[in-house]
Amino acid sequence: MIKKITLLIFTVGCSLLFIFQLINLQLFSPDYLELSNNNAIEKRPIYPNRGMIYDRNGVLIVTNQPVYDLMVIPENLISFDTLELTSFLNISKKDLKKQLKKAKRFSHKLPSVVIRQISKEERASFQEKMWKYPSFYFQKKSVRDYLIPTASNILGYTSEVNESELKNKTDYDIGEMIGRQGIEKAYEKKLRGEKGVSFFQKDRFNRIIGPYEDNTFDKNPVISDNLNLTIDVLLQLYGESLFANKRGGIVAIEPSSGEVLALVSAPNYNPNLLIGRERSNNFKILVNDTVAKPLFDRALQAEYSPGSPFKTLNALIGLQEKVITPETIFTCNKGFSYARGAFMKCHCPVGTKNKLIRSIYNSCNSYFGKTYSKIIESASSSAEGLDRWKTHLEKFGLGNYLGYDLPIGKKGFIPSSTYYDNWYKKGGWKSSTTISNAIGQGEILTTPIQMANFTATIANRGYFFKPHFTKPKSQKIRDSLYPKNYTLIEPQHFETVIEGMHQVVERGTARIAKIKGIAVSGKTGTAENFIRLNNKKTQLTDHSIFVAFAPKENPKIAIAVFVENGYWGSRWAAPIASLMIEKYLTRKVKRSWLEKRMLEGSLIDEYAKPLSGNSFKINE
Amino acid sequence: MSMPNHFQEILLRLMNNNVFLRLDWLSLLLYIAMVCFGIINIYSTTYTEGIFDFETLSNSVTKQFWIFVFCLSTFPLLIFTKPNFFENLSYVFYGLSILSLIGLFIFGHTISGANSWYLIGGFSIQPSEFSKIATAMVLALNLSSFQNDIRQKSTFFKILFLIVLPMVLIIFQPDPGSALVFMGLFFVLIREGLDLRFLYFGIIFFILFIFTLLLGPLAVCLITFFIVFLVFYIQKRVASKTKKTSYLVSLGICIIFSCSVNFIFNSIFEQRHRDRFNIILGLDADKKGIGYNINQSKIAIGSGGFSGKGFLNGTQTKGNFVPEQHTDYIFSTIGEEWGFIGSSLLIISFTVLILRIIYRAEKQTSAYRRIFSYAFASILFVHFFINIGMTLGLVPTIGIPLPFISYGGSNLIAFSIMLFIYLNFDANRLN
Repeated sequence: MIKKITLLIFTVGCSLLFIFQLINLQLFSPDYLELSNNNAIEKRPIYPNRGMIYDRNGVLIVTNQPVYDLMVIPENLISFDTLELTSFLNISKKDLKKQLKKAKRFSHKLPSVVIRQISKEERASFQEKMWKYPSFYFQKKSVRDYLIPTASNILGYTSEVNESELKNKTDYDIGEMIGRQGIEKAYEKKLRGEKGVSFFQKDRFNRIIGPYEDNTFDKNPVISDNLNLTIDVLLQLYGESLFANKRGGIVAIEPSSGEVLALVSAPNYNPNLLIGRERSNNFKILVNDTVAKPLFDRALQAEYSPGSPFKTLNALIGLQEKVITPETIFTCNKGFSYARGAFMKCHCPVGTKNKLIRSIYNSCNSYFGKTYSKIIESASSSAEGLDRWKTHLEKFGLGNYLGYDLPIGKKGFIPSSTYYDNWYKKGGWKSSTTISNAIGQGEILTTPIQMANFTATIANRGYFFKPHFTKPKSQKIRDSLYPKNYTLIEPQHFETVIEGMHQVVERGTARIAKIKGIAVSGKTGTAENFIRLNNKKTQLTDHSIFVAFAPKENPKIAIAVFVENGYWGSRWAAPIASLMIEKYLTRKVKRSWLEKRMLEGSLIDEYAKPLSGNSFKINE
Repeated sequence: MSMPNHFQEILLRLMNNNVFLRLDWLSLLLYIAMVCFGIINIYSTTYTEGIFDFETLSNSVTKQFWIFVFCLSTFPLLIFTKPNFFENLSYVFYGLSILSLIGLFIFGHTISGANSWYLIGGFSIQPSEFSKIATAMVLALNLSSFQNDIRQKSTFFKILFLIVLPMVLIIFQPDPGSALVFMGLFFVLIREGLDLRFLYFGIIFFILFIFTLLLGPLAVCLITFFIVFLVFYIQKRVASKTKKTSYLVSLGICIIFSCSVNFIFNSIFEQRHRDRFNIILGLDADKKGIGYNINQSKIAIGSGGFSGKGFLNGTQTKGNFVPEQHTDYIFSTIGEEWGFIGSSLLIISFTVLILRIIYRAEKQTSAYRRIFSYAFASILFVHFFINIGMTLGLVPTIGIPLPFISYGGSNLIAFSIMLFIYLNFDANRLN
C-alpha cells in the first residue's frame, strides 16, 4: 500500500512545503519589497535652481552658474595619455592616480568624482578631447555666480553637504548645496526651494534602463524664491571701497523702516573665492587668517566700547529722568573730580560753562559724568538707579540680540546692578565707581549695528524697527514682522539732543562731515582700547567712531562707522559716514578731495605695530 | 438484467467509441492553462529586453507560441493512434534516443557550456528531453512483462541499466540537471514493488549527508550511534529475538558514510556543486557572489507580496536581476508579478495534475500504460520539485526547466507528447 502512495505523499508534501515557503517569503517578509526597491528603483532628485538675490533696487547680485564635476567609471578605463589629461585639467599626476584609486575602491561600475567644480571655460577646452577618455564624463552642477562681488559678509556662502551632516539633515542628499552663512543660511528654505524626485528602473548592473512606471510617482520640484535684499548695492560697494586698507565696519539703516542699506565689514573677501576648484584652498586661507579675520563680520559680531556717541543716550535718559533740563549748566575744569582723588579728564578749557547742546557738540566729559551720576544717584539706591538706566538702554536695543534676520550676532553688554554687586561687595559701588559708563567706555559694549540702530532710534525721535536685510513681500507681512519698538523717552527730549548732534557737524567736533544742502546730525567718538600682548594689557591707538543720520527732518539714513585704531572720530569715521550719506542721498559725491583721502588712506602700518614685536607709540 | 446495468453497458460502449467523451479533460485544460500562463510570463520577462532589442522579444514569445501551436497540432495524431503502437515500438524509440544522445558527441552544438543540442534548420533540439519519453516506455515495457519482477536481481539490474545508460550519456554532455530527472523513475520502481528499504536508505543517507555538512562528521556519528542504540534497546524490549549483527552493520555503514561525506563533498564534488549546497544550507551568505541567483529570485518572489506587483510591473523582472528568468527562473517572475495568489495557484495546479495522473494511472487495466503514466507523473514531479524548490531557495541550483511554463521548445514538445500519450492511454483504458 505504502508503495502505491509514495509519489503521492512526496507530491503533496512538497507542494505544502512550497506553499509554506511562499507564505514565509511573500506574506511574512516585508523586507523583500524594500530589498527589491533598493535593487531595482533609483530615486534621482531634481534640484530646482537656487533662488536669485537682488538688491533693494532690483539689481541682480547673485545668480547661478553651471560647473562640471569630472566623473569616472573605473570599469570602462582604458590606458590613456595621463600627461595630456593632467595638463588639461591642471592636476598633478599623483593626485589623479590617488583619485582613480579611490574611485576604484568605491565601485567599478558606479561613477565617482575625480575633480570637483571645473568651470565651463575649462570644460570647453577639454570637451573636444573627451573621445580619447571613454571612462570620463562631465556631470553638470549648479553653483553660485556672484555678478557683483560684494557683501560676502551679508550673503554668506554655499557649500556641499558633507557626510557627517546628513544624519541631522535627512532631507539633504550628499553633494547637495546648502547655505552656510548669512542670507544663504538664514533663507536656506526659501532659496533652496523643494527638490523633486524622479524614479528610474535599474537593471542588475545598476544601469538605468528607463523611467519607472512611466514617471507616475515622480514629483516636480517647487521653484525656489528669489530674494530682494534691503541692501543698496552701490552704497555697499562704495562703503567697501572706502574701507580699503582699514579695519572696522559701516552699518547704514533706513530709520523709517529698519531696512539695512549697507553693512560693510572690513577686511572682507571676494565671494567668488568660495566657488570653483580652489574653493577649499581659499577657504583654508580665509579661516587661517587670524589677524585680519576676513570671515569675522565686524559690523555684527565685533563688540566695541561705543565711546562718545553713547553720551547722546545718557543725555536722553537724564532729560527723561528729569535730572537735567536743556538749560542745566555744568562747569568743566579740563575735567572734573568725581570722587576723592579721582578725576575725569576733558578737553574743555578751565571754567567752561556748558549747557546740554553745547556739551554734546563739544563732547564734554564732565557734563555727562555729572549727568550720569545724577541719573544713578537720583533713585533711592545706586542699584535702582543703574537698573532704571539699563532699562532705558535696553529699549534702544542694547545689551541683547537685535533679532535681525542673519544668523550671527553678539549681544553687546550693558552692566546691571547684579553685575557690579558681583564685582564689589553689595552696595560697595555707586555712580562714581562706574563713571566710565557716562562716556561710553568702561563695561559697556555695543556692536556697530546696535550703534546704527540707536542712531536710527534718535532719528525717529523715539522708536525703531528691528533692522533687517530682506524686503518683506507685502506691507502686511512687514507690519507683523517689524512693529515699532518704542523707547521710554518722550519725543520732545529727542529734539534737544538732535539739535546738539546737528551742531556737532555744524560747529562741533565733526565739521568735516558737513554736506552742503543736507542737514547732518552726528556724534563723534574716540574710544580707548586694549589688547593682551605678551600677557600684558597693552593700549592701542583709539578707535575712530562716528554715528550720524540725515537729513535732520524726515531722516532717510542713519549710519554708524567704526574704524579700528583710527584715532579721532573726526579723522576717519566722520568723513566716511559723511561720504556714505552724500552718496546715498545724492547718488554723487562732490567732495572728491575727501573721497580720495578716504579711498587712499591706509591704516596698515597702524595694524602692524603690535605685531612688529617692537615698542610702539599710539595715537599719533 | 436490471435497467441501470443495461444503461451502464450502453454508456460504456458509447464511450469506447468516442475518445472525446473519455478524455481526461481536467488534465488537458490544466495543460492549456499552464502553457498560456507560461507564455504570458515569458512575455513579461523579455519585455524590457524589447526596449533595446525588439528581435529578442518577438523571438522568445512568438517562438513559444508557435511551438505551442505545433504541440496542439500533434494532439489529434497522438490521441487517435492505437495505444499498442507505442508499446510495440518502445525499444525503437529508446534505441533512436540513445543514438541521438551519442550523436551529440559528433554533431552536437554547445550552448552555455553543455553540448546538448542539435541545430537543424534554425531550430535547436535537445534530445535529452525526448529520451525521458523513450526511457519511460522501455521501463513500462519491461516491468509490465509477466516474466519480469523488479524484486528479481536480473530484472532490477536490467532496468537499472536502461535508466543509467541515457543518464550517463547526458552527464557527459555535461548536463547533470537533466540527468538527475531520471532519478524520478525511482518512484516507478517503488510503485512496482521495489523493496522499500531502498527508499529508507536513500532518505537516511540524504539526511546523514546534509547533517554531516551542517554539523561535521563527529557529531553525526555520535547522534547516529545514540539513535541506533535507542532503537535497538526498544526493539529488544518489544520483541524477544533481535539481530545484533544487522544493527551493528547499519551503524557501521552510517558512520563510514558520515565520515566519508567530507571526503566526497570536498574531493568528488566540484566547487560549483559545493557552493550550491552551501547556499541552501546557509553556510555561505555571499549575496553578491554565488548566492546571487537564489537571493535575487527570493527577493523577486518575496517582494510580490499577497497579490503581486501586476503583469509587466515586476521591477526585479524588468531589471533582469534574476538570470535566465524566462527559462529556469520563470517562477520568480510569477511570484513577483502574480504574488502569493498566482504562485500558490500554480503550485496547486501542478499538484492536482500530478495527483490526477497517478489516480488515473491506477485505474489502468494495462500494466504498460499504467507504468508509463506513472513514469510521466514521476518525471513531472521531479521537474516541479527541483525547479520551484530552487527558485524558492529550498533546493540547490540545478538548471532544469519548469514543465509547460518555462521557455524552451524541446521541453514543451517532450512534455506535451508525454501528456498526449497519457491522455491516449487514459482514454483507451478499457480497450
